[in-house]
Amino acid sequence: MAELDKNDGSMDATPNVTDVVAVDAADETAAVAAIEAPVERGEPILQVRNLVKHFPLSQGILFKRQVGAVKAVDGVSFDLYQGETLGIVGESGCGKSTVARLLMALETATSGEVFYKGQDITRLSGRALKAVRRNIQMVFQDPYTSLNPRMTVGDIIGEPFDIHPEVAPKGDRRAKVQELLDVVGLNPEYINRYPHQFSGGQRQRIGIARGLALNPEIIICDEPVSALDVSVQAQVINLMEKLQDEFNLSYVFIAHDLSIVRHISDRVGVMYLGKMAEIGTDAEIYDHPTHPYTQALLSAVPVPDPEARERGERIILTGDVPSPANPPSGCRFRTRCWKAQDKCSTELPLLAVPERFKGSDSPAAHESACHFAEEKDIVGAAS
Amino acid sequence: MTIMDKTADIPAPRAGGPDDARLLEVRDLHVEFHTRDGVAKAVNGVNYSVDSGETLAVLGESGSGKSVTAQAIMGILDMPPGKIPQGQILYRGQDMLTMSNEERRKIRGQKIAMIFQDALSSLNPVLSVGYQLGEMFRVHQGLSKKQAKAKAIELMERVKIPAAKQRVSDYPHQFSGGMRQRIMIAMALALEPDLIIADEPTTALDVTVQAQVMDLLKELQTEFNMGLILITHDLGVVADVADKIAVMYAGRIVETAPVHELYKRPAHPYTRGLLDSIPRLDQKGQELYAIKGLPPNLLKIPSGCAFNPRCPKAEDICRTEIPALVPVSEQDGSELPGRGSACHFWKETIHG
Repeated sequence: MAELDKNDGSMDATPNVTDVVAVDAADETAAVAAIEAPVERGEPILQVRNLVKHFPLSQGILFKRQVGAVKAVDGVSFDLYQGETLGIVGESGCGKSTVARLLMALETATSGEVFYKGQDITRLSGRALKAVRRNIQMVFQDPYTSLNPRMTVGDIIGEPFDIHPEVAPKGDRRAKVQELLDVVGLNPEYINRYPHQFSGGQRQRIGIARGLALNPEIIICDEPVSALDVSVQAQVINLMEKLQDEFNLSYVFIAHDLSIVRHISDRVGVMYLGKMAEIGTDAEIYDHPTHPYTQALLSAVPVPDPEARERGERIILTGDVPSPANPPSGCRFRTRCWKAQDKCSTELPLLAVPERFKGSDSPAAHESACHFAEEKDIVGAAS
Repeated sequence: MTIMDKTADIPAPRAGGPDDARLLEVRDLHVEFHTRDGVAKAVNGVNYSVDSGETLAVLGESGSGKSVTAQAIMGILDMPPGKIPQGQILYRGQDMLTMSNEERRKIRGQKIAMIFQDALSSLNPVLSVGYQLGEMFRVHQGLSKKQAKAKAIELMERVKIPAAKQRVSDYPHQFSGGMRQRIMIAMALALEPDLIIADEPTTALDVTVQAQVMDLLKELQTEFNMGLILITHDLGVVADVADKIAVMYAGRIVETAPVHELYKRPAHPYTRGLLDSIPRLDQKGQELYAIKGLPPNLLKIPSGCAFNPRCPKAEDICRTEIPALVPVSEQDGSELPGRGSACHFWKETIHG
């Protein structure tokens, strides 16, 4: 807790996430050893604390000066437990994909920490970072652009072995790739085919096979099914659930389809303009949302049941998401919120269990960043 | 030019059977594309109709022919490679496929307008939105630039774009996704058409904005008593706005039904599969129902029922005989109005 107290008030303090046990590795070898140690099921494997990513906006040609920053991610904290699926939902531009890139160490965080088994990956380099990257893999959104059209499927899935030769010695690679193809439900004889010879769903399976190649512990899925046809989405979701059980994986599942997120996730976080608005188990978020944004988001989702449109209240938000380069003061959602009061523009609501629900064991008692958090009867999505 | 003048030059509907009263009717439409690899049969005999004030949702996956049908109605199909070997598209009883280009142009935009999926690539990036909106009035009604601009502002206000006067000379990239889609809607509405075809109007938008745009579309439809053909793959959007639904698969309509009926009791295994693959609360932690296999390749559509390789109920007859779209009735034989299914085993599917 001590390290969180050091932060100034502009950050999200999340007092009820478990403490980070930072492992102070004296050297690289110790760090690699810590990274390779197994984690018990249900223990935190990834801990994100006050993660911030600002993209600078500059002006001028010869003398560039920074005129501002796009605050893509602005103080996000959460835990990912071993073996669970954490869903992250939010509108486009809310920073969910930037979070994914930060977890992969593909972007350098402006500030904040990402602890993987107690090691802060934002500060790692060299062998230790390579070891982390082996254990955290990614599945991308668009299976049409994330596979190199000039490489065969065998080369695409086998490429990770070039970087991490310890996983599969050179002679074994072909067999290993064929095994992976079989695991994701593709014919192992397709090894010499090119991506254009496959349909969208099959390509996404190739992307998943590539993600699995190095036996990772965490897979970050950034909109893995949104580019697929409805009848194929279910196939890919089933495959991902099967693989999770088989290989004991933890997923960070980023998507905008709320019913799919509910199906696959154990816990769900809702993001708005670079901040976490609400986080809790799937039932807490979907059946007892207390943040107005979550309520609006859930009620905006068209429900595949024509009778639902006659039931319950539907909240339709006005306006668009404000620019992350110039977010509103105080609560980010206040410009579109029907409950907004003066307090919301001056005081930043913290992500915590709301005061009124504290100590109660109702499902509404989960972390929500709103001054006036309360339950509301809405048309529920995916219920 | 007043509205009176505008309506005066539509040819009066042909006298004839009651079918002529239909706003738009598509009859046995076929569309094929001649490619190097062979003939892709995108649409294989589609029939549907829309009346004023009615919303028809055309539901289907990519490659099911739903957009191609719409393009054929609008007359914006690329020909060649596209070809319409047979079929009729009747607008108020007149076959648009046999009309001259001149006649067709009078209908397009003025009577039937279209809203496209991707507003950013459908709007011209180097022209201001005011100019693009005004083009409709300049070309079809011969208004001056100044009058057209005034009309454009009026339209932008109607689709609830804030500060329309200041924003009329802005360019498409200066608007957000939802606002751009509103401009597309404004453009379609400009000449107060009788029928709007919306091809995936909200697929590229976020859910909160999608709800705004669908609400606006519904409101305007009621105001002008327009017919609306909504093309989508989203079962949720369809449940929200449609009156009746046509489900397409491999260029054919496999099921038609009023909206409540379809969700309650699908009469085609494909529709049932789609509905079953929506994650439901009580299935949490279990495997989702998934339609096995892949959508068919249009170059070689399976013989018989195109859905047979993926269908759990398929039998020999399905592999040889193409099922016709037949009326669906209750178990006791009483008619279910508006319902049809192209399945040999529709009885088992709906009642079994």
